[in-house]
Amino acid sequence: MAEQKPQAQAWQDTAVGLGVLAMAGIVVWQTIIIPENAIYARVGPKVFPWLSAGLLGIMGALLTIAGLRGGWEHDSGGDTDWQSLGWLGLGLILNAILIPYAGFIIACTLLFLCTARAFGSRQPLRDAAIGFSLCFVAYVGFDRVLGYKIGSGLIERLL
Amino acid sequence: METLNLLAQGFAIALTPVNLMWCFVGVFVGTAIGVLPGIGPALTIALLLPLTYKVDATAAFILFAGIYYGAMYGGSTTSILLNTPGESATIVTAMEGHQMAKRGRAGAALSTAAIGSFVAGTIGTIGITFLAEPVVKFALQFGPADYFSLMMLAFVTVSAVLGTSAIRGLTALAVGIVLGMIGIDLQTGQPRFWFGVPELSDGINVIVVAVGLFAVGETIYLASQRKSATPAEVIEVKDSIWMSREDWSRSWKPWLRGSLIGFPIGAMPAGGSEVPTFLSYYLEKKLAKHPEEFGSGAIEGVAGPEAANNASAAGVLVPMLALGLPTSATAAMMLSAFQSYGITPGPQLLSSQPMLVWGLIASLYIGNVMLLVLNLPLVALWVKMLKIPEPLLYGGILVFATIGTYGISQSVVDLLLLYIIGIMGYFMRRFDFPTAPVIIGMILGPLAEQNFRQAMTISQGDMTVLLTRPLSATLLALAAIALLAPMVLRWRSAR
Repeated sequence: MAEQKPQAQAWQDTAVGLGVLAMAGIVVWQTIIIPENAIYARVGPKVFPWLSAGLLGIMGALLTIAGLRGGWEHDSGGDTDWQSLGWLGLGLILNAILIPYAGFIIACTLLFLCTARAFGSRQPLRDAAIGFSLCFVAYVGFDRVLGYKIGSGLIERLL
Repeated sequence: METLNLLAQGFAIALTPVNLMWCFVGVFVGTAIGVLPGIGPALTIALLLPLTYKVDATAAFILFAGIYYGAMYGGSTTSILLNTPGESATIVTAMEGHQMAKRGRAGAALSTAAIGSFVAGTIGTIGITFLAEPVVKFALQFGPADYFSLMMLAFVTVSAVLGTSAIRGLTALAVGIVLGMIGIDLQTGQPRFWFGVPELSDGINVIVVAVGLFAVGETIYLASQRKSATPAEVIEVKDSIWMSREDWSRSWKPWLRGSLIGFPIGAMPAGGSEVPTFLSYYLEKKLAKHPEEFGSGAIEGVAGPEAANNASAAGVLVPMLALGLPTSATAAMMLSAFQSYGITPGPQLLSSQPMLVWGLIASLYIGNVMLLVLNLPLVALWVKMLKIPEPLLYGGILVFATIGTYGISQSVVDLLLLYIIGIMGYFMRRFDFPTAPVIIGMILGPLAEQNFRQAMTISQGDMTVLLTRPLSATLLALAAIALLAPMVLRWRSAR
């Protein structure tokens, strides 16, 4: 599997290495701007961030080298199913947008519906019914019975 | 004798109706999530962490321990009947167990796995019972410098030695340590890595990271792979779940050998259950009367590794309870549960919270018995769970991921963080980075920093204290060997 597209894979693995290097860069940037001076401490707040940045940087460099040399062994990823990812992404985004306004039950019913679609379901009515029941029971159970608050919303207000 | 006395008191606590109920809920939920592909014990404990606001510490840990043990049992059911091992430790069970199932011997395979898990779990729990105090006594000599070095050793073994690649393991660890540093530095009061986002100045909740990596990341990965995914088929259990006389005589020695391999390896500050399961597999193959059966369903190849897996899972609880050192993602989640109760695991735990610890240990014995009783007769129920269609299963997983995350503070920022970490989890899965070191780094990183600071305060900034204290020097030397030895060996064999 890993040998499918050696060229493409080496390129992707190099990109992963560069991504880790970029993360190390962000850590360095954020470490530099940590304010230091106010309170006396034997080991200041920057010591561990510098060590982590160093570790991340070295690993990023080694990964980049490994990528340039042809990459390492992993699932080739095959054909990415963009349609499935699209449905999943839509569900996740709707969830984050709607949950503060429409409430958990509506937002998560839609998330459930889109996720089921992403995994190949073609029965939206059944999925919506199951998703709604699940979210309804979960809301009552967590928010009302256990007291683990998951916000209010259009339906939640009526309960 | 004192140990047995304390254990008896522990049983008195674990056998109260309320705690028995929690133990039962734990093993039941644990088995269920162990059976379901895509959900593991670390994720489940993360989702149940909010419970810690509602129930007392003893009940919560009895519940978590039940989930931990139950998931091991459930995982073997999935690998035998479905051949999609939920976690790496059950890969070996899947090799032989699934072959047995294909040849119509699913019942016997499930049986030897369950009884082997019971034997190993019980031996492992006996090990915890008698090892906890000596380890604590030893650990009481540890100073902050020694703790720091012990954590370095755990970092190296968890990320670099176990798993496929030291580089990718250490990358994951570094990411975890950085995530753990986000927020106000407790000693100096300075905000770190907060990117000007107020929500980040309180730090990222470990629930968000665990749920992001294990639930959202996994779901994204599986959605992206749908074109190449082949629908797995659940094998029906047609034979009796009672093992024949021959099965018993071929199973009992592997159970014992597996337990004896698994427990010590799990109890080391390295942890990990892959090594003992593979060791047990190769040992059984060597000792078997019919080694040619291996690969096409040898019962020894299920009995031994399954016992090794459970015994090492029990072993992991020793450094976790006695040293406060988690060596698996699940143990790290339990540590953060301790923290949310304001309890510091470590050598003081046994003297400050003796009834919590002994109640927990006693409930492990009880949980094991419950699991044995629960597992085999209910196998039809577990098979039904295996048949939950993927669309509904992953829809449900994301709903619970939302509850766990949004419920922390009803903040959309937490949801967005969840998604970002989920996307990171997808890339980690795709490019074969281990995820457990992220969680362990996030939980242990701040503790390592704290111990380092204490050590430097005591030594007045003298770094050499790490090398002049014999214990610390030994631990650091072990860490260096663990890190460098595989590289040297590889370099020499490549020449």
